[in-house]
Amino acid sequence: MRAALGLVLVSALALGACSSGGDSTESSEQAAAGCAPSSGPVTLTYTTWIPGIENVVKLWNDKNPNIQVKVQTGPNGNGGTYANFFNQLKAGNAPDLGHIEYDALPSFRVQDGLTNLADCAEVTAAKDQFVDWTWGQVSFGEQNAVYGIPQDTGPMGLFYRKDLFEKNNIPVPTTWEEYAAAAEKVKAAGGYITNFSQSDISQFAGLSWQAGGRWFSNDGTKWTVNLQDENTTKVANYWQDLISKKLVSAVPPWTTEWDNAYNTGQAWTWVSAVWGANSIKSGAPDTSGKWAVAPMPQWTAGGTVAGNWGGSSTAVFKGSKHPYEAAKFALWLNTSEEALTALNKEAQLYPATKAGAKLPALSEGVEFYGGQKIYDVFATASTQVSPDFVWGPTMTSTYATASDGFKGVVSGTGTLLDALKTTQTKTIADLKAQSIPVAE
Amino acid sequence: MKRLAPMAVMGAATLYFLIPIWWLLVAASKSRSQFTNTEPLWFADFSLGDNLSELFAYRDGVFLRWMLNSVVYTGGAALLGTLLAAMCGYALAKYRFPGREAIFNIVLSGVLVPATALALPLFLIFSQFQATNTFWSVFLPSLVNPFGVYLARIYATASVPDELLEAARLDGSGEIRTFFTISTKLMFPALVTIFLFHFVAVWNNFLLPLIMLGEEKLFPVTLGLYSWNTQVNQIPELRMLVLTGALVSIVPLVIAFLLLQRFWRNGLGSGAIK
Repeated sequence: MRAALGLVLVSALALGACSSGGDSTESSEQAAAGCAPSSGPVTLTYTTWIPGIENVVKLWNDKNPNIQVKVQTGPNGNGGTYANFFNQLKAGNAPDLGHIEYDALPSFRVQDGLTNLADCAEVTAAKDQFVDWTWGQVSFGEQNAVYGIPQDTGPMGLFYRKDLFEKNNIPVPTTWEEYAAAAEKVKAAGGYITNFSQSDISQFAGLSWQAGGRWFSNDGTKWTVNLQDENTTKVANYWQDLISKKLVSAVPPWTTEWDNAYNTGQAWTWVSAVWGANSIKSGAPDTSGKWAVAPMPQWTAGGTVAGNWGGSSTAVFKGSKHPYEAAKFALWLNTSEEALTALNKEAQLYPATKAGAKLPALSEGVEFYGGQKIYDVFATASTQVSPDFVWGPTMTSTYATASDGFKGVVSGTGTLLDALKTTQTKTIADLKAQSIPVAE
Repeated sequence: MKRLAPMAVMGAATLYFLIPIWWLLVAASKSRSQFTNTEPLWFADFSLGDNLSELFAYRDGVFLRWMLNSVVYTGGAALLGTLLAAMCGYALAKYRFPGREAIFNIVLSGVLVPATALALPLFLIFSQFQATNTFWSVFLPSLVNPFGVYLARIYATASVPDELLEAARLDGSGEIRTFFTISTKLMFPALVTIFLFHFVAVWNNFLLPLIMLGEEKLFPVTLGLYSWNTQVNQIPELRMLVLTGALVSIVPLVIAFLLLQRFWRNGLGSGAIK
């Protein structure tokens, strides 16, 4: 109680200090209060599952004796850490900062679990440092809203077996039409052009994102769900066709079988995100030097649109007593060259800042990809991701329903479009069950 | 012929239970590249040693720390939990006091409540005391074991004769002394059974630490391996470490069973005869 009282006094003082500093309108007084520096040294808690994060945070702690950051870790978000965040928010002891992927951020926003950092001048000033579309992911298009600092992104490209394409005289596809044509030739040569991700829907989301599909929108009061818009339908029909003709394999993703298909040359391409470079490298070690990366196939010849798969933000939870310091740390973590380099080195995170794409580590040729400077492809792709893709507030269950449907399609029941239709119905029901307003 | 059918069923069941363990042993002995492209149920080049040293070296040997945590959580909770269960069951069996049956029935109904259902309320309670993310938040809830109380009561009723207690009282032995010097000895086989049940339950309890703990250094080995496993997408190297770690993590259970098996069989048998 005494501590709480003290806090009120401190923030009242801070408020006074700020308003005497020249801010005259009431709203900016409130703004300053929402993001006022704490007096004295603070210790922040930060929960994330980035491998090797301690080494990155140590760089900060060594230089900022007054803002010490304590790292907590656990399984990845959907593996349990998000559930823990919600429990901690309920119990009122959430950490100051948390690692939240873009697709999960809206559920925290809807549950009112995040601190709006728009009150922090340093945060709003940093907007231009970030790749444009990432800012949309953390602000949800709301005015004066910043619910997290973009951390990493997953711009997509086409990983392909350069050697096999050359040997079989198949041109590397630049459009989806060419990709389907190549699929036939690859099948004839005894392989599969790719593995259709039946249980990880994020890839399909990335493909829809590229095609212009917009699954969710929010007008400020109500959510609209549209998993079967024109463009998503186009993508679904396209892949349905490849699946029906058995031109793609359907090994469950992220399994050893999956690795093996790539390692033994059964699967020839993978339309994946920048972090996929490491997945192939470590999953298919026997194919070193045989891979290359091209921009992802386009729907119109000569187009320059990329999709995104993955990426996350650093958010400050509601109830953090030190939003100013937390925001300061999150900005350092996601914009400073030393932190971005360390994050890339420890966990292959691909930065969300414009300058980050020029990190020395990301401008070198990669031996596994025959020395190609593959990150240049992704740096370009990163600028070609549409900024207006919005995630829904119940993505975990949306993914689960879609994944059930997709698995059925692969084993021969229904179509991808059917699965999306079911997912739509289920998602709307979920939103209503959580009293989230839905426009129909 | 009559014996063949049961033998076949038993054989199939044995294989069914042993093959996963065999697979784990084989998988953990392979190098990462061989893991994907060699026979899953037979050995390739033997690199268990490399895998082990990689496992123990990864992230400053955090795996060893997890093993140690598991042993402390589990061993400590099983020892203290067995003692509590024994005292409680003994008291319910040997003393008459008002509300005895009510208490017993409440304890017994506790058997029906799954530990998973209690994890979240426990988290909220520990949050009130700001005790989440501590050793105690996992250790304290692990101490209680209603099934152990039940076993202890049944066994104490059956194997500790009232006449013996009477004799001890006449000889001037206090109740506590009687309990520790006479009754526990008589109940020993049951205590071993309770200990083993408790040990396995706590060793495998996963949800409670998942919800309570954020500090990697406090994780038990189950949670640690699980969190590595969720990162396999990002760092496929972890897959071999998870496999090798899983193999190592069953070693203490195997040791506990081998050491206590003798008493356990004895306990189950003598309980049945009575």
